[in-house]
Amino acid sequence: MSFPVMLSELSEGMLKSVGIFVLTLIFSLPLGLVVAFGRMSKNKIVSGIIGFLISILRGTPLMLQLLVVYFFPYYLFGWSIGGWRFPAIIVGFSINYAAYFAEIYRSGIEAIPKGQHEAAQILGYTKVQTFFRIILPQVIKIILPAITNEIITLVKDTSLAFSLSYMEMFTIAKQIAAANTTFMPFVVSAVFYYVFNFVVAFVMRRMEKRMAYY
Amino acid sequence: MVYVELKNVEKSFDDLEVLKGISLTVNEGEVVSIIGPSGSGKSTLLRLATLLEPWQKGELYYMGEPAVTMQNGYSVYEKPAQLKEIKKDFGLVFQNFNLFPHKTVLQNVSEAPIHVQKREKDVVRKEAMELLDKMGLSDKADYYPSQLSGGQQQRVAIARALALNPKVLYFDEPTSALDPELTGEVLKVIKALAEQKMTMVIVTHEMEFARNISDRIIFMDKGVVAASGTPEEVFNSDNTRMKEFLGKLSHA
Ligand SMILES: Nc1ncnc2c1ncn2[C@@H]1O[C@H](COP(=O)(O)OP(=O)(O)OP(=O)(O)O)[C@@H](O)[C@H]1O
Ligand SMILES: [Mg+2]
Repeated sequence: MSFPVMLSELSEGMLKSVGIFVLTLIFSLPLGLVVAFGRMSKNKIVSGIIGFLISILRGTPLMLQLLVVYFFPYYLFGWSIGGWRFPAIIVGFSINYAAYFAEIYRSGIEAIPKGQHEAAQILGYTKVQTFFRIILPQVIKIILPAITNEIITLVKDTSLAFSLSYMEMFTIAKQIAAANTTFMPFVVSAVFYYVFNFVVAFVMRRMEKRMAYY
Repeated sequence: MVYVELKNVEKSFDDLEVLKGISLTVNEGEVVSIIGPSGSGKSTLLRLATLLEPWQKGELYYMGEPAVTMQNGYSVYEKPAQLKEIKKDFGLVFQNFNLFPHKTVLQNVSEAPIHVQKREKDVVRKEAMELLDKMGLSDKADYYPSQLSGGQQQRVAIARALALNPKVLYFDEPTSALDPELTGEVLKVIKALAEQKMTMVIVTHEMEFARNISDRIIFMDKGVVAASGTPEEVFNSDNTRMKEFLGKLSHA
């Protein structure tokens, strides 16, 4: 296989990796906030259950979780899972990352002094207004570095989709390498991941700078 | 007109009885200072009056309207709609300001009138600038709180409270977090408000200040009102706890 052909196949895989990355963020960032609220619920049962789920999601391999999400409709209900591969990947990634983001949101929300809530309450803000106008903007600034870490990990984690034989970059690299007995695809994909992360880190740094206005 | 009325307020934290039946009325235009040793329950009383702290026993009225009443021996809140109305009657200035760090000075002052009272942005901003001007802060409108001194931050906090046109303004040790040289500028602002007949309840350790601006002084000790009356009456009272308290202060 010529180098340009390899490059074009890997690029295609790269696009799929980016797809996993973007969709996972779109779903997991808001979902994480919802999970964080559940975790902080005054209802002990709710917060207990959510805390338990988070610990499972953070305490077991993501690869295993992907396999479970992919196969459970078949083993549990005997449903056909054709066409479920890509959705399963996005669901698996989103749930897993939501668990991590939830803990980050929670730590950020709990870091905001009680006085901020009280000042808003005295000024007549509703609970929802207080959260979105006063608390969340301050939380985002606090948690951005931790979010950046997770997002960079996510770039690399997209390669775990190979476990469901999804044709993202790493899966393709492995196939080409095996078929052509060459190490080259791994080198190229390493460069791809590195550039991908470089861009992500750059964007996140820009955001952190923008938040540094106060 | 009676603006605020607290009746027989009792409050405990677990086994600790903090307030043991306190009553307080504040009339229109009156300046009432609350003094007393640390832990006597002054902040707790303000936090109950401003509905930050859950009520256990006692009643609360603003402008004659009930906010909290007693039923079967326990405090019961009025309906949320009524409470929402009543909350418009008062503001609170905190010891540590609690400004919003991610908002400019002007935003801190103007956002509640805009988003809570839903008033016209331009009008609110103009009024906010006038308020800042009165506080001597018109050149700081676009600064963030972290760029200001403590005294300036506290004046912003006062402007923020005033922007909602409260009928009663509470202060909980407004100068305790400030260096002595910054205390004066905040006290001056409060004094100016007193001269404009703003109704105020001020918890303070500044005895001279309390003596100067108050119509009435409440001396709290161990969860009860140990002495109250005009500044002269309270400062010259024979109450032993009051004498001890003043004695300690002058030796401190
Ligand atoms: N949320 C709380 N939980 C438990 N105990 C509390 C709480 N808030 C206050 N207390 C206790 O209640 C008592 C009265 O506290 P409060 O803050 O009202 O006193 P204070 O008169 O304002 O004192 P200071 O002059 O030091 O501000 C103190 O013993 C305090 O430890
Ligand atoms: Mg206090």
